[in-house]
Amino acid sequence: MISKDEVRHIAKLARLELTESETAKMQKDLSSILDYFDLLKKVKSEKLKAKNSGLKFKSNLRKDEVKEKPASLANNLIQAAPDKKDGYIKVKSIL
Amino acid sequence: MVNSDFFMNILDLTITQLHEGFRNKNFTSVEVTKAYLENIKKTDKEIGAYLLVTEGLALNQAEKADKLISLALSGVEGNGGDFPLLMGVPFSVKDAILVEGQKATAGSKILENYVAPYDATVIKKLKTQGAVILGKTNLDEFAMGVSTENSAFKVTKNPNDLTRVSGGSSGGSAASVAAKQAVYSLGSDTGGSIRLPASFCGVVGLNPTYGAVSRSGLISMASSLDQIGPITKTVEDCRIVFDAIKGKDPLDATSIESQISNFKSEIKNIKIGVPKEYFGRGINSNVKKIIEDAIKKAKKHGAKIVPISLPNSKYAVACYYIIVPSEVSANLARFDGIKYGLYEDAENLLDGYMKTRGRGFGIEVKRRIMLGTYSLSSGYYDAYYKKAQEVRQIIKEDFIDAFKKVDLIFSPVSPIPAFKIGEKTDDALSMYLMDIYTCPVKLAGLPAISLPVGNIGKLPVGLQIIGKYFEENKIFNIASQLEKML
Repeated sequence: MISKDEVRHIAKLARLELTESETAKMQKDLSSILDYFDLLKKVKSEKLKAKNSGLKFKSNLRKDEVKEKPASLANNLIQAAPDKKDGYIKVKSIL
Repeated sequence: MVNSDFFMNILDLTITQLHEGFRNKNFTSVEVTKAYLENIKKTDKEIGAYLLVTEGLALNQAEKADKLISLALSGVEGNGGDFPLLMGVPFSVKDAILVEGQKATAGSKILENYVAPYDATVIKKLKTQGAVILGKTNLDEFAMGVSTENSAFKVTKNPNDLTRVSGGSSGGSAASVAAKQAVYSLGSDTGGSIRLPASFCGVVGLNPTYGAVSRSGLISMASSLDQIGPITKTVEDCRIVFDAIKGKDPLDATSIESQISNFKSEIKNIKIGVPKEYFGRGINSNVKKIIEDAIKKAKKHGAKIVPISLPNSKYAVACYYIIVPSEVSANLARFDGIKYGLYEDAENLLDGYMKTRGRGFGIEVKRRIMLGTYSLSSGYYDAYYKKAQEVRQIIKEDFIDAFKKVDLIFSPVSPIPAFKIGEKTDDALSMYLMDIYTCPVKLAGLPAISLPVGNIGKLPVGLQIIGKYFEENKIFNIASQLEKML
């Protein structure tokens, strides 16, 4: 069983505000789900080492080139921001 | 004057039948589109498949399609009267896929007023074919769920029984096809989100090989698993839509030029693997019988049935629900109230994040972000995330080993038929276990279809046909032969 304080700590790391009732529900749900994850402890690590003999990943990156996009796209993207001014997205001051 | 019979019949036509109808000038795309819009108005108050009906866009696209069709038929274009198969054919789109200028909510309050700034690649491809967009369909919030009960807006009911769920997360898409509110739909599958609702609603749904279809413009859930695919009335329709949307896309680095083979396979020449682990504890006896009957039918027509074992599938749900929340916690970090969507004002930047995300996300999304943050946090990373990645590999190798002996694997899509609305909402883990037969396939990146093969009372049951990488065509060949036998 994870503690309410742990739940609050994870929520803060995840940048989530939780209500008291959500915190209680999260504590209960996360505990039962984490218990279920214990199933994975049964997988022997020797078995994993033998099997994980080399993942094959092929690099599939495109060239680092500027591609022209219509100005309307930039405009559409800016329009999606909740707070904007003169074609820029406004952000709260950080310092 | 068109009568109501005409409309009823029109709603039953498949893509090729509509195409023939357009070619023979039996009806126009505007007529077909209006018939669908009419039926949506008539039935969707009850079913709740759509979040948005794009009537203006649909009629506009239908008119354009009609013009292009008559131009093609007049022969002046010198194309021998040919026009694309999907031209003029109306479809619906899961509301996690972007259609430029239309809202895309992903079923979440945090994107309630978000307007898509561009088209998803799949939408671009279908627009090029002249397809007609009827609207955006309901889903579990950010595609996280198996019933659409996690949608921030409404629950999509099963058209076969309105007291039951449509399945999820692409429940609105599957229900719209089952209720004749769209000829076909685009959904997305991360752990079973196309196949499960297709099975519950009694329609065909394909989860393509990972990489076969571009994910550009699909609102991300878990990027190593998400895949867009068709939900259709028939296997033939499914193949047509898949052919139209597949292919490598420079905007999605994980998309691959399909090496999809085009050979014909006949049911009498194939070996079908039946994994014993998929018929064990927890499966409804009627579901089991219907799937076994379908397997017997294949056998009667000459298929060789081979008992196989996928021993590590029992770890799949645990593995899946570590990997997915981990990717979710990273992917959904983008919802910060700054770039798009909801913003809750606060004193400082941090409080703004906390409040915006706290109020914008529903409980299941929060649960997964929490689980993922926990699994990736220092001290737990090795025990959860790293372990899950290793287990993912042995699950994948089970399939690779099995496919050395067989061409296809047959299994149920889900252990039970559509459940009652509200029945499982208090039990997150029992919802997660609905993915037990569908999520191993995703962890391996394989293609699989859900084919309706029987009913328990009013409730449809889907057979899952799993294929080798990029062997969608073999799945289609065999599924369409089976479809005719049932």
